[in-house]
Amino acid sequence: MEHNIWIYLLVMAAVSYLIRMAPLALIRREITNKYLRSFLFYVPYATLAVMTFPAIMEATQEPVAGLSALIAGIILAWKGHSLFQVAVLCCAVAFLVELLPFF
Amino acid sequence: MTTENKICFQHGVRDGSPIALGYFAVAFTLGIAAKKAGLSAIQALIASALNNASAGEYAGFALIAAGSTYLETAIMTLVVNARYLLMSCSLSQKLKPDTPLRHRMLIAYDVTDEIFGICIAQPGYLNPWYAYGAIVVAIPGWAFGTFLGVIMGNILPTRVVSALSVGLYGMFLAIIIPPARKNRVIAGVVAIGFAASYLVNRLPLFAGLSTGIKTIALTVALALLAAILFPTDTVNSEGSVN
Repeated sequence: MEHNIWIYLLVMAAVSYLIRMAPLALIRREITNKYLRSFLFYVPYATLAVMTFPAIMEATQEPVAGLSALIAGIILAWKGHSLFQVAVLCCAVAFLVELLPFF
Repeated sequence: MTTENKICFQHGVRDGSPIALGYFAVAFTLGIAAKKAGLSAIQALIASALNNASAGEYAGFALIAAGSTYLETAIMTLVVNARYLLMSCSLSQKLKPDTPLRHRMLIAYDVTDEIFGICIAQPGYLNPWYAYGAIVVAIPGWAFGTFLGVIMGNILPTRVVSALSVGLYGMFLAIIIPPARKNRVIAGVVAIGFAASYLVNRLPLFAGLSTGIKTIALTVALALLAAILFPTDTVNSEGSVN
């Protein structure tokens, strides 16, 4: 059977949207259960940490460049610098490390 | 638009700009994958503008290239994007309970790792206009990045692409590290998250699992553990822990 790319795109878009929309539309009030509240409170930190490492080392050509960016980013963020500053510094560190002569 | 909404919108644009830049670089590589799957530049642009999901789109393009069924594509999209379900649940608690449905449905359009991250980092309840500000700059970066990836292929040097894609991780750090400094439980969640994620990605035992599944399993396990051991009934309305 010949498949139509537009239908694929429609299927992907519909599923992607429904997954995101359902919880926001259905959970209309504050959850009072303290464990569930706590769980949802910790979700962002857990998921962003899990997504950052070791993925940051695979985003660069050389893993050590990603690792350097990670360390630099943690230090800068720890010192309270802005989102933009941390993001730019990470890019710069990764770029400079990859320019080093031994790669 | 009230003055407050306007200011929130502007803040959203400010915080969304670096995201747009990072998206552009990542989407560029996504465009290369779209081209391989046989999509035109316009189709890739529309796919990105409607899906806003890197891994989800990659998976979708791979299935299109393989000539899979629509049902398989739907299930794959569901599995790869399932973490957004979790994020939206978490984000629902960041909205004022009386937030109208139209705002909820609009924000839902672009719950991505990055937009979710900066929204969660806002003090107090999330003003939907903050999300809109970030979305209006981030989506074009994502969609046009994909578009250009299809038509211009490998024109951007790989070193520039890899340096730019690190920027998105830098953003995640800027979101999780400052609260980790103030709250030991969050610090523990972040540290164990790094370690566990490293192990799960390196041990051959878990090699058969997709990145999406690993992310969801680790997120649920970690957040559950933290919630049971350290329930935060001390969380105040500012969203920070006392």
